[in-house]
Amino acid sequence: MQAGQDSLEKVVCETTVEIKNKNGLHMRPAMQLVDLANQFDCDITVNNSENVVDGKSIMQIVMLAASCGTKLKIKAEGTDAKKAISAMQELVENKHFIDPDSAD
Amino acid sequence: MEIKKGIAASPGISIAKSLIIDSEDYLIPQRKITPSQRLTEIQRVRNAFKDAIDELTQFEAQQDQTEGSKIKDIFAVHLRFLRDRSLRKKITDLIHSELVTAEYGVSTVLREIAAHFSNQKDSYINERAADFYDIERRLLRQLLGRKREDIKHLSEEVAIIARELSPTQTAGFNKKFVKGLATDAGGRTSHTVIVARSLGIPAVVALEDLTEIVHGGDRVIIDGNRGIVIVNPDDETIQQYKKYSHEFSEFEHKLAAIREKPAETRDGTKITILGNIEFPDEAELVLQKGGEGIGLYRTEFLYLSVTTEPTEQQHYEAYAETVGVFKHRPVIIRTVDLGADKHTQSRRFAPEPNPFLGLRSIRFCLQNLMMFKTQLRAILRASLLGQVKIMFPLITNLQEMMQAKMILRDVMEDLDEESIPYNRNIEIGIMIETPSAALTASTLAQDVDFFSIGTNDLIQYTLAVDRGNELVSTLYSAADPAVLRLIRTVIQDAHKTQIDVAVCGEVASDPEYVMLLLGMGIRTISITPPMIPEVKQIIRSVTIEDCNAVARKVLGMNSERQISSYLRNAVRKILPEAF
Repeated sequence: MQAGQDSLEKVVCETTVEIKNKNGLHMRPAMQLVDLANQFDCDITVNNSENVVDGKSIMQIVMLAASCGTKLKIKAEGTDAKKAISAMQELVENKHFIDPDSAD
Repeated sequence: MEIKKGIAASPGISIAKSLIIDSEDYLIPQRKITPSQRLTEIQRVRNAFKDAIDELTQFEAQQDQTEGSKIKDIFAVHLRFLRDRSLRKKITDLIHSELVTAEYGVSTVLREIAAHFSNQKDSYINERAADFYDIERRLLRQLLGRKREDIKHLSEEVAIIARELSPTQTAGFNKKFVKGLATDAGGRTSHTVIVARSLGIPAVVALEDLTEIVHGGDRVIIDGNRGIVIVNPDDETIQQYKKYSHEFSEFEHKLAAIREKPAETRDGTKITILGNIEFPDEAELVLQKGGEGIGLYRTEFLYLSVTTEPTEQQHYEAYAETVGVFKHRPVIIRTVDLGADKHTQSRRFAPEPNPFLGLRSIRFCLQNLMMFKTQLRAILRASLLGQVKIMFPLITNLQEMMQAKMILRDVMEDLDEESIPYNRNIEIGIMIETPSAALTASTLAQDVDFFSIGTNDLIQYTLAVDRGNELVSTLYSAADPAVLRLIRTVIQDAHKTQIDVAVCGEVASDPEYVMLLLGMGIRTISITPPMIPEVKQIIRSVTIEDCNAVARKVLGMNSERQISSYLRNAVRKILPEAF
């Protein structure tokens, strides 16, 4: 994680994560990611090197069609940007999207 | 101004603003709106999202936590899509910039997204396309459902334009304001037509791509006499049609005046005009229009409007109601002519590949004896209430007919054993609607009391044409020499055996064919009730001599085109107002 401009008003944080669950960023993980993003006030964008999309829009996230192994750059701008980024990184890379179904 | 030609399905003229009903089962055509309609359409999208969210939230709550967390997840994901502002914005932006309807906007955007997934290499991801089709349908259902509600609460006169109308769509029509129907698909006997005729409004079907040409609110003329729809007519055309429409209603008025007069040719030959009905309450209409009985009482409604099989009592009550209207005049009840429809197909594991050549009509009855016997018992019980006759449809050979008669005898014996009274001498007839029955009419005539020629199926089977199929429907014609020769054979064989022969197909209600049928020897016809006055008028304007001459001439002709144009000219001379 790299901290951006360190101002109280506007914090910008960025990280790159790799999708590690085998079915990629399909519906349920996308839903979890978006739900998480929506808990924060900061603006969140997700970038797959082709498109930059709104991290709070499930449609846009799903449109990335990120499969297993895809690297995504997540960028947050706002007062709680730092918290947002670490929570999202945790979800994607460590929890691999909490999945009640082992099938995923 | 654009003129579209289809099939005239219900007579009359209407000039009204169009209301288009799309269907979630078909591709939504691109349809432009005016800039001033943008806000309404955008609001419709918002409402559809809101209602879809409410609906899904309810479904989600109903899902048991323990079973199917997968289903709950699907609902949850769909809910998030519906709440996603950027999805809604994509749709409303499209409506705003491209001036399209809410239905088109929803359908286009969601299908675009679906297509995006179908193109992905990853199979797991490209299966997601299905979710977007699902969301599309959910939203369309909301939009169209509301539109159906709107139709119930119309406040101005409209002409309904649709790809095809289903019973659920027509059930809610506000009869006062729906002035005409026009559909892309359908034939003369489709559901749309039945509804239009029962409402007494004009209808034109088989217009192919009408829904893509008309925009909601466009003014349309539906000419149910000529089978024409004119989109955005110019002033001159409107004036012409207003005049024509006025003349037509005066003509109808004049026809009403002949209700009490007998259906008799100028030289005194009495013709019997009976009515074809679908539902018991239409019996009254037959009487009002001057019909002398029921020549074809279709009984499929008993099966198609309910999910469970009708009971003997339900059959009986339906028959008793109709027979009660006619007291001692004939009511010919046709045994169920099911097949190639929901009722029979839903009972199968797989749909029949060729249902019109499959297990339909009498064949279906002979394989479902319990059901068949239930109906026969009810008809026999009702036979005491008036002059009830029984008619078997789609007979293709002698054996089938004998089998049906044998089952009828079994049922009679059962009733005897239970001491339930019925008319032992009930007349039994068959429909002649297959080429095989027509060709063996002389044999079949030995064992029945009457024939009724069902021209709709007879034409279809003789010419191998499905008239509901727009690609070949122009080949469907009663004026085909092959059809006319079969009809002539049947009439001659019936006369030789001295049994009654009637025509109950649509041909009998087509003014152009009345003279020909009389000339071929027909003295009883059974037709759709609204056509009774007009046909009676023709009968009263001709002599049998004239008719014989028409028949002689036509039976010597070899081409369908020549025959139909000759018949058209012949009737125009007699009844110019009808055209």
